[in-house]
Amino acid sequence: MPVAEILKTLFILLVVVGGLAPLITWIERKQSAVMQDRIGANRADIGGLTLIGLFHPLADVLKLLGKEDFVPAGANRVLHLLAPLIAAIPAVIAFAVIPYGGVYRFGDHTLSLVVSDADWGMLYIFAIASLATYGTVIAGWSSNNGWSLLGSMRASAQMISYEVTMGLSLVGIFMVFQTLKLQDMALAQDTTLRVFGFLDIFFGLSHPAIDWIRLPAWGVFYQPLAFLLFLTCIMAENKRPPFDLPEGESEIIAGYHLEYSGMRFGLFFMSEFIQVVVIAGLMTALFLGGWSIPYLSTQTIVAGVGRFMGTGFATGLCVLLHFAAFMLKLGAMIWFQMALRWTLPRFRYDQVMDLCWKVILPLSIANVLVTGLVMLLVQEAA
Amino acid sequence: MLADYVGILVILVAGMLLVGGMLGAHLLLGPKRKFAEKDEPFECGEKPIASPHQRYAVKFYLVALLFVVFDVEAIFFYPWAAVFTELSWFGYGAILVFTLPLAVGLVYEWLKGGLEW
Repeated sequence: MPVAEILKTLFILLVVVGGLAPLITWIERKQSAVMQDRIGANRADIGGLTLIGLFHPLADVLKLLGKEDFVPAGANRVLHLLAPLIAAIPAVIAFAVIPYGGVYRFGDHTLSLVVSDADWGMLYIFAIASLATYGTVIAGWSSNNGWSLLGSMRASAQMISYEVTMGLSLVGIFMVFQTLKLQDMALAQDTTLRVFGFLDIFFGLSHPAIDWIRLPAWGVFYQPLAFLLFLTCIMAENKRPPFDLPEGESEIIAGYHLEYSGMRFGLFFMSEFIQVVVIAGLMTALFLGGWSIPYLSTQTIVAGVGRFMGTGFATGLCVLLHFAAFMLKLGAMIWFQMALRWTLPRFRYDQVMDLCWKVILPLSIANVLVTGLVMLLVQEAA
Repeated sequence: MLADYVGILVILVAGMLLVGGMLGAHLLLGPKRKFAEKDEPFECGEKPIASPHQRYAVKFYLVALLFVVFDVEAIFFYPWAAVFTELSWFGYGAILVFTLPLAVGLVYEWLKGGLEW
């Protein structure tokens, strides 16, 4: 058992931290270049080989390692050193409860492709997300710099505000799937949903079309409002544009990480990009069906392919297909966040706070109550 | 059950090693040439004349208070949501009773100008 755990963990670290996060720094540059009609990063080369700029993340790391480790005079040295660690470690470990593949049965072994298949998965995500706030706030506070302090004050108010709505906006999804466990949510989305099913349930109409017109049973189709609200909240929680007021480089230079250099700055930078991956994984697991393939459930694949090739081969095929589907959806969500970053200008601070307390909070409470009413009416009628 | 925690522990240790290793390598590899002017906090070329640790706007405290109220209340929604269909109408009525003071509190806060920036 421990061997499997360690392998799954190392796999996640390799893919998310070692693979995707550096790749995203490259994607961000290239995508912004495409969107702004520029060429983008293409100079870093090894022996004349540039690989469309793919060596830039490597060059970044080397440059950051070669910088002086700077602590400003009058700063709190211990907290200044601790802050990037507190910011980066939660980002790395948040991926532990996100399923990147389903639950498979090989003979009498059961394989669940998630590092920690815990019942309290979403609680863990919320807890870890709120830990990251401390890193940002401590970084600005300990730097002995006015700009940094302004940045960390902004960050504290913004991040705790959006933490409230982040939790409330997801209650609707918990109600639909009746669980806080992400793997169970992904399993529940591995099926289809009748779009006009309400005609059958409430009015007793029966027509073949009602059974035939189906959508994948994804969270986004059950809870479209929660999808929008949660996406907004979690992006604001990550402090990337258009919510980058704690950094706000045109107003407060670089905000909370102004007095950081080298790898200490690199850790803030890295944690932001890892969080992009975590957000994409979370949105995928909660709203976009996780690892499931639309209209092609696990049972269908195992039964269909298993008849010709044997169940073991079919299950193995499922593992590969599901992982590919997960990575595809993950990539789409990452692309979306990048596109948003280069599309929208930065909000004003009062707009950010108004959006949270006056729009998202009332809407998410209303969403909970309406979802409950509809679900109970369906339960009564069915 | 325990395996749930093993996974978290493994990824925590691996994450700490990774992040600690990056910082350690930086400490070893980076140059160390310190002098008083370089150590000054960055102020766009000006000499800092006052400590940044002064009084700041009370709004930030207000938001923190609001956060405590609403975040603690939000926690109570999760266990209810996870067993929602079993509780049925009784649970729905209970959560309505629970949401009412929350909504009234929000409206009061709003009318009193506590949400203005």
